[in-house]
Amino acid sequence: MQFLSDNADLLWSAFLTTLSLAVVSGVCALVLGTVLAGMRVSPIAPLRGLATFYVEVFRNTPLTVVFFFLAFGIVQIDLQFPSRFITAVAALSLYTAAFVCEALRSGINAVPSGQAEAARALGLTFGQSLRQIVLPQAFRTVVPPLGNVWIALAKNTSIAAGFAVTDLTAALQRLANANADQLLAVFAAVVAGYLVITLPSAWLIRVVENRVAIVR
Amino acid sequence: MRTTRKVAALAALGLTLAACSSEAGSQAEESASSAPTAAEDVDFPEGSTMAELNEAGAITIGTKYDQPGFGLLNPQSGAPEGFDVEIAKIVAAELGIPEDGITWTETVSANREPFIQNGQVDMVVATYTINDARKQVVDFAGPYYVAGQDIMVAEGNPEGIEGPEDLAGKTVCSVEGSTPAQRIRDEYPEANLVTYDVYSKCADDLRNGGVQAVTTDNVILTGLVAGSDGAFELVGNPFTEEPYGIGMELGDTDFRNFVNDVLEESFEDGRWADAWDRTAGAITGEEAPEPPSVDRY
Repeated sequence: MQFLSDNADLLWSAFLTTLSLAVVSGVCALVLGTVLAGMRVSPIAPLRGLATFYVEVFRNTPLTVVFFFLAFGIVQIDLQFPSRFITAVAALSLYTAAFVCEALRSGINAVPSGQAEAARALGLTFGQSLRQIVLPQAFRTVVPPLGNVWIALAKNTSIAAGFAVTDLTAALQRLANANADQLLAVFAAVVAGYLVITLPSAWLIRVVENRVAIVR
Repeated sequence: MRTTRKVAALAALGLTLAACSSEAGSQAEESASSAPTAAEDVDFPEGSTMAELNEAGAITIGTKYDQPGFGLLNPQSGAPEGFDVEIAKIVAAELGIPEDGITWTETVSANREPFIQNGQVDMVVATYTINDARKQVVDFAGPYYVAGQDIMVAEGNPEGIEGPEDLAGKTVCSVEGSTPAQRIRDEYPEANLVTYDVYSKCADDLRNGGVQAVTTDNVILTGLVAGSDGAFELVGNPFTEEPYGIGMELGDTDFRNFVNDVLEESFEDGRWADAWDRTAGAITGEEAPEPPSVDRY
């Protein structure tokens, strides 16, 4: 206990880093993933192709490789992110967006086609029908899979520890190596940090799921 | 005509293969002749770790697989090579264990203590700095070498970094959880420290200009400089002392005394210097330093 309170500052800032990595990347991935899902169901073939290409590339590439490319690869083409935190957010967002897109696309496909046809008959454009008719219903059916994506993202943030971001996993590496006699305490603190993020999320996902579920 | 050509190509291939295999053969012979011979007629007190290992004729040793000059995996032979490896071989030989009785296990900085505590390895020789926190959970024989923290910079030292004081306001890279990184945090807080999980990423970032310096033990930096084709250089001004010891199970004083005796013998009879010349010394081109004095704490 003495040991943990001595390192409370480090653990707290590491926890905040992990949390902000997850939240910022989660928001970016949600926005990007929604746009991609819209592209994948759009009537314009090049847009569909582009989104499909994106999803297949990022969904099938290991996250560590995405990190490595953004951290060390893009310098070759004279590009660099302003900070290592932003590099990590970019890697996590680009990667997670592919999964958000696929979860959302399954929700879009679950909306009965009569809905889109009715919208069309009323004279709504594709964009209007997507935004006002299809997506709101799609989101309600994909709360559980999006919740899974979010929890996976919260844990995937640990890859950032290998790329110069001091998150909970980096704190684990730092404290574990410097305090060989306190390994269990260090592990307990770090695991607790992740659980504080993921367990309430799981609970919240269930609540939201029950609230918004469409009874058909 | 076509057949002749094919035959000629095959013959050439055969010649090349023969040349390759004979070369590999001579290399193997060379390394075999340089390996210490296992001691015979050794007598250890009954029930001691030495007697157990000697009877089994086998020992499991943890070392690094990614440290040029100290412990680097040779992908061809599947065995690690380096100064740590040679020191471990000397100890094994004195236990009466031949070289083929040694099982090598990769240990990284973060898993050395658990591997010793769980008995997955009998000892660890892996650029393992002796310090008080580690002494609480494992025992150390040695030191058998004293490294020092140093700084690596890009070729030509564009920032003019001569020592740790010059790191103020500069971005310096090290590995998360390492002693050198913690020292920069504690003693040179004006340096902007960036930490990756492995040193190769620090080297990548130095090459890209993302950091201006890399700091850790000089032996590690030496390996990176040697592999950089002249892109990096060592400042060559070590500012700490990192005594490298051989880690073993806590409380096995007999085994620790035995290993300390072996180390002292090897310091005196030249086996230690010979091991240095063939491994780390071959990379740096420097002669073997004065051996350190063993710390029987």
